[in-house]
Amino acid sequence: MSTQPYLDDAAVGTELPALVKEPTTRQLVMYAGASGDFYEIHYDKDFAAEQGLPGVILHGALKSAYLGQLVTDWVRAEGRLLSLSVRYREMDVPGDVLTCKGTVVERDEDAGSVRCDIWIENGAGVRTTTGEAVVALPSR
Amino acid sequence: MSILTPAMQAAVGHDGESRTAIIERGAIERFAAAIGDDNPAYPDVAPPTFLRSVGLAIPTLPDSESVPRVLDGGSEWTYGEPVRPGDAITIVTQMETLIEREGRMGSMLIATYVTRYTNQRGELAASQRNTLIRMPAA
Repeated sequence: MSTQPYLDDAAVGTELPALVKEPTTRQLVMYAGASGDFYEIHYDKDFAAEQGLPGVILHGALKSAYLGQLVTDWVRAEGRLLSLSVRYREMDVPGDVLTCKGTVVERDEDAGSVRCDIWIENGAGVRTTTGEAVVALPSR
Repeated sequence: MSILTPAMQAAVGHDGESRTAIIERGAIERFAAAIGDDNPAYPDVAPPTFLRSVGLAIPTLPDSESVPRVLDGGSEWTYGEPVRPGDAITIVTQMETLIEREGRMGSMLIATYVTRYTNQRGELAASQRNTLIRMPAA
């Protein structure tokens, strides 16, 4: 279990604790229901194939949610997420093991915030999803 | 031949019809379960991307039947006040840009939308910029 990070601890190069996700088709159906995104490419294999896709694919927004969790798990109760930007570069499929990672790339002592590069690697090590988060961290 | 029609181009800069959504505790619980996030702060406050569930208020794209395939290109969130159960969130979405591009899957339209989510006190809870990719039928 990690502890509360402070601004002092978050030097450039600091790695966020990785978050592993193993989405299933069931999870995609749950996300469709919870988010209201019922586009069939996320749960209907035949429909997805007709669209030229390899099979059902993850909702991009589910991947944003994973990266949001990566960051909120790290900053814990006393930190605050200020912005979260995510680009979907490659499709991801259920059954794959996705690892969410991040690194501090800039620290703004005056603002009390840090900027992090964040990304998702699929089971083959490809960065399918990339982005950036800015978080406010408490001072000691 | 361009797939970007004059009617589509004319829609840039326009807002869709705004909507207001009441945030339910159960909806936050279901969303957190769906993304597999057991953060104890939920459902007293919503996860960062929870507002996906209230949707966008996208203006109708004219001639959209010519580009039925849609892919989500990405999302940029900026956060203001936390979203909590009982909040009444008003959603306003504007089409910001629309361009045509040749990609690895052929001609495509790339649209960006900016959505502002305002709570019942008139405070900005979040804004989101979305990139949507639209393509002709496969």
